[in-house]
Amino acid sequence: MNFLRKNSFITLVLTGLLIALLAVAGCGVTSTETATSTTTSTTTTTTQVVAFDLNVSAAASLTDAITEINNLYMSKHTNITVLTNLASSGTLQKQIEQGAPADVFLSAGAKQMQALQDGGLLLDGTRKNLLTNKVVLVAPAGSTLTMADFSGLTGAAVQKIAIGDPESVPAGTYGKQALDQLGIYEQVQSKLILCSDVKQVLSYVEAGNVDAGIVYATDAAISKSVIIVAAAPAEVNNKIIYPVAVIKATKNVDAAKAYIAFLATDEVKAIFEKYGFVFVAG
Amino acid sequence: MTDSYLAPLWISCKTVLTTTVITFFIGIFVARWMARYSGRGKNLIDGIFILPLVLPPTVVGFGLLLLFGRNGPLGEFFSWFGTTIVFSWPATVITAVIMTFPLMYMSAKAGFEQVDINVENAARTLGAGEWRVFWTVTMPMAWPAVVAATILTFARALGEFGATLILAGNIPGKTTTIPVAIYFAIQAGHNDRALILVAIVLAISFASLAALAYWKRKTPKTAIIKLTE
Repeated sequence: MNFLRKNSFITLVLTGLLIALLAVAGCGVTSTETATSTTTSTTTTTTQVVAFDLNVSAAASLTDAITEINNLYMSKHTNITVLTNLASSGTLQKQIEQGAPADVFLSAGAKQMQALQDGGLLLDGTRKNLLTNKVVLVAPAGSTLTMADFSGLTGAAVQKIAIGDPESVPAGTYGKQALDQLGIYEQVQSKLILCSDVKQVLSYVEAGNVDAGIVYATDAAISKSVIIVAAAPAEVNNKIIYPVAVIKATKNVDAAKAYIAFLATDEVKAIFEKYGFVFVAG
Repeated sequence: MTDSYLAPLWISCKTVLTTTVITFFIGIFVARWMARYSGRGKNLIDGIFILPLVLPPTVVGFGLLLLFGRNGPLGEFFSWFGTTIVFSWPATVITAVIMTFPLMYMSAKAGFEQVDINVENAARTLGAGEWRVFWTVTMPMAWPAVVAATILTFARALGEFGATLILAGNIPGKTTTIPVAIYFAIQAGHNDRALILVAIVLAISFASLAALAYWKRKTPKTAIIKLTE
């Protein structure tokens, strides 16, 4: 015991490391299991099926829906591992511009997709509008905040508003459009906390560290710790579009095109609608 | 507002200067205490003080968020006084102080441990009180180490990003420091804005390092001379 007491700091560090390793091992088990099961099944097929990865970059607001859809896709195509890259559309756009591996891009805003198209980074003829969503104002569960529409944000009851950075997060861009539409952007500007993606906005509201946040209706639907207080003006909501396209630099053109076609099937439509997304014709 | 360069510059200056002053004083006092401390659990206390340096900044930021958040212990404490720490300017100072403290502490402590205890004791036998011993004997002799520690503190505070973003958030004009502004400028594709901010940081860093290097050269050796007179 004398040894342990003399080296109490070393003991502390080792114990901490041990606990951390156990925690990581416990959490990491499920993800590695699914990966190995898809790769081992390919070796037993007799047909010439090559196993490869499909990189899908999807906007953060699609996290839950796209994860379920990708699992469904992988169960139907056991030789393909879909790697989902989730972040704000602005971040994903930057990554693709800088050459990050991506086969399919599902953006929450047309601006980011257009930037890639202007840069010649999209495969011609593959871009199409897939979904639409609605922007809402949420507050922490238990909040007594009420307002008819976003213009209530100018009130003294609201001191801190979380919003995606309008420059790079589509949800933030739509939010700013709503505030501009109502003419209150200048007034509430000092109350805004800019976030790097819409899921961060949601987490700030859930934790109760802000009075309100601007997120998608689909994010509000998933969370149990927020309440919807108001909806964005129709003029803003009607212009929300989630386009999808194949990235020109893809090494798996057919698989990428097949994936986008898969997104339009009834089965997948039902999943999107389950989470509150609205399908767009064409 | 988002195109302003003065805002992040002003906030960074405020934060870094405030942090350096706070960390300087807390650091030297704690370092001085630990340098001469030989009680129980010395290694453990030492480990706790160095912890923010070892942990990833996001871990520290997350821990602070839980602590100061609306439902956290310190958050509730401060809400009784009507203030919230999270997403406010003081949060930038708190995170910077916590992240820079280990650097100040370690370097200053090494400096104090180097000071010959006989010289300190000689001062004590001549009737100097503890504070006088500290300021007129210990500090001058440990001065190079303390200056080095201050430089590290300043640099670390200027570059502090991860924990600050989590606890203070990105509020242009209030909590957006230069590193945070650079990050969001890159995200938004405003590379020119990012480059200008980078140039500002480099200018400040070089100017400050030059100033501190000049100051370091003025090492007071007068304390030892006074004792032997």
